[in-house]
Amino acid sequence: MAMLHTINKSPFERRTLDAALRHAVKGSGILLIEDGVYAAFDGTIVADKVKAAMADHEIYVLGPDVSARGMSEEHVINGVKIVDYDGFVDLVTQYDKVQSWL
Amino acid sequence: MKLSILVNEGPYQHQAADTAIQFTKAAVARGHEIFRVFFYHDGVNNGTRFAVPPQDDRNITAQWTALAEEHNLDLVLCIAAAQRRGILDENEAKRQGKDGNNIAPGFRISGLGQLIEAGIQSDRLVIFGD
Repeated sequence: MAMLHTINKSPFERRTLDAALRHAVKGSGILLIEDGVYAAFDGTIVADKVKAAMADHEIYVLGPDVSARGMSEEHVINGVKIVDYDGFVDLVTQYDKVQSWL
Repeated sequence: MKLSILVNEGPYQHQAADTAIQFTKAAVARGHEIFRVFFYHDGVNNGTRFAVPPQDDRNITAQWTALAEEHNLDLVLCIAAAQRRGILDENEAKRQGKDGNNIAPGFRISGLGQLIEAGIQSDRLVIFGD
């Protein structure tokens, strides 16, 4: 299986999501954590990019970091999978390698 | 699975230290072995026992110490990063002629070889940072 990419910065602050999406091969997982979760919300200027990326990648978002920012599941783009820390651990073991885009 | 964790960010900066703790807790709870947690760059600031956060705030260093004691974790601070930032154990304080040490219980100071070994020995190396 392919690589898991974690993104921990807001797409409105850094370009790490773009960088990851440019390099991730088809079948890779993208996990949005910390301020990276802002990329998972619908109605933003990056939402279309994230929706397009879902054709090639599973996109996950860390639920506790979503609620820590006062947002809820209903704000999350349809099809983005919400995981907790247990799910984070499972993703790390399911994918071959983990690349943290810092 | 055998996992190692690399923490490159200090406590109370952004969120990496908190995420690393939560991830480590979850990994242990799911039955995985934590081979080592290595603290590099500003991450070494996780390992000073002289930090006194406000009482209504989380104490990140104490959380690491408790986790290490409970699950016998190997928490390693990079020696060069630690010396730059004034984190010393008893031996290093003596060697550098300093009047005290401040390393927190459960942590030890060692070299980068410990990170390389963790990368080789573990199935996954998960990096948390700024």
